[in-house]
Amino acid sequence: MVFSGKFIKNTLTALIAVFPLLSFANPDQDTLNIKAGSTAYTKEHAVQDEHAPQDKNDKINAYIDHHLQDSHDFVFFSDESTGEHYGFPLPVIVFDDGLHVFSSARFHHGEEVAEVDGNYYAMHHGKIYKTDANGTMKFDEHGHAENEKPLDFSITKNVITMLFVCVLMFLMFVGLAKSYKKGPLPTGFGRVLEPLIIFIRDEVAVPNIGEKKYRKYMGFLLTVFFFIWILNLLGMTPLGVNVTGNISVTVCLALFTYFITQFSANKDYWKHIFWMPDVPVPMKIILMPIEILGTLTKPFALLIRLFANITAGHVVIMSLIAMMFVGKNLVADMPISLGLTLFISVIELLVAFLQAFIFTMLSSLFIGMAVQDHHHEEDHDAHTEEEPIII
Amino acid sequence: MDKLVNDFSLGLFFWQAVILVVLILLLVKFAWRPIMTSITAREAGIAAALAAAEAARKEMQNLQADNQRILQEARAERDAMLKEAREIKEKMVADARAEAQVQGEKMIEQAKATIDSEKKAAMAELKNQVTTLSVEIAEKILKTQLSDAAAQASLVDKMLDDVKLN
Repeated sequence: MVFSGKFIKNTLTALIAVFPLLSFANPDQDTLNIKAGSTAYTKEHAVQDEHAPQDKNDKINAYIDHHLQDSHDFVFFSDESTGEHYGFPLPVIVFDDGLHVFSSARFHHGEEVAEVDGNYYAMHHGKIYKTDANGTMKFDEHGHAENEKPLDFSITKNVITMLFVCVLMFLMFVGLAKSYKKGPLPTGFGRVLEPLIIFIRDEVAVPNIGEKKYRKYMGFLLTVFFFIWILNLLGMTPLGVNVTGNISVTVCLALFTYFITQFSANKDYWKHIFWMPDVPVPMKIILMPIEILGTLTKPFALLIRLFANITAGHVVIMSLIAMMFVGKNLVADMPISLGLTLFISVIELLVAFLQAFIFTMLSSLFIGMAVQDHHHEEDHDAHTEEEPIII
Repeated sequence: MDKLVNDFSLGLFFWQAVILVVLILLLVKFAWRPIMTSITAREAGIAAALAAAEAARKEMQNLQADNQRILQEARAERDAMLKEAREIKEKMVADARAEAQVQGEKMIEQAKATIDSEKKAAMAELKNQVTTLSVEIAEKILKTQLSDAAAQASLVDKMLDDVKLN
């Protein structure tokens, strides 16, 4: 890839423009207000909310936990002194003796019980539970809620983000596709996208899957690469979304790779799993379960890798930002905190690309392993057939 | 692990699957296929253009080589012609010289022969004259002898001296 001076300048400008905004993902802008507000909050809400954070560290942990999770409403920031949340509610879709669709505003950010069609629902740690009119929750000894959970198909914050990414990708790439009708070279933003597409084709798909068969999987690989990358980058913005750091999302992505691998696998692949050639029969029997397990561990590694990397990045960045609220001396802590956050953010930008690349790379590697022709096998067979003739 | 399982949300998983399938299908139809086709076509075009340029360059080279060869041949032909002409010239000169020599020798031979024959003729004439002279002398002697013997002898001597002087 060729980086021209203008491209680097533009990228740097964009980065510098984005970084200060990251701090808005913090609980509050004004640290003094937080101190005043937090004490007020604990006093006022202590009775109503038994899970209210008791001290600042707990509060930060709770905040980070909350950020990492999906949520039913899109909150940009909250004013704790007044208890107001700035954002918009999202539709909740619940299957519970029929379909119930209602706005998440009725939960009042998890503070109230929503009554829908005679059923009562309560929000607890980002999950919807069935409850009664008083919002009674039963907990086991580990603190897990034991109430019945209805099937929740809500359009959550992550779903909205994914839809946004879909629209963005559709506009970007359909625009690129159209720009080819005007001439052989793309124009505008397409000039940035085209090298990436060629990169995925030449460095990821072709070397791993092979010149003949790669074309069929380009759609999946390109979509997944840009989908993960854009979502990773969106996770770096002050919107405070964490889509690729959500286990459900990575499970889904890895399952796609898994099913595509299994369904495109050829005879050789299955033969190597169930009856490994060129080894003694006892070894074949021992290898069979290992190989079957291997097909599952590959996508499992994929989903854990993406999830863990992105989650870790978010936790580290948020902890570094939170550092200045924990420390006693704001003047001394703030430059350290911001400097470290900036440093980690740059690394995270790299990780955002790297994880998307690794996911695509490994997906194409697994697909390539399933569809490749085992040349060495054929050569070997041909060799043994030839030998008697030589003798 | 417990937390991971707890975090797993079926709803989000469902939406993600739906969104991803739809996104892949839409993008394949409206973006990836035309983009890949265009890029491949363009790359094929570039490759073809490069090959054509290479072929043109080769042809040019061949043409130049041809020209060079023709020029070489023409030069060689000219050289050959010049050489031939020179050879002809030399041969003509040599021939002419040889002929001239032969002619000259012949003429010299003739001249020699003529001189010889002339000489022989002159000798023959001389012999005739000597003979005639001798006869005349003898006649004179004989005539003189008849008158005076002494004078006769001195005459013979005198005549013989004359002959010797001649």
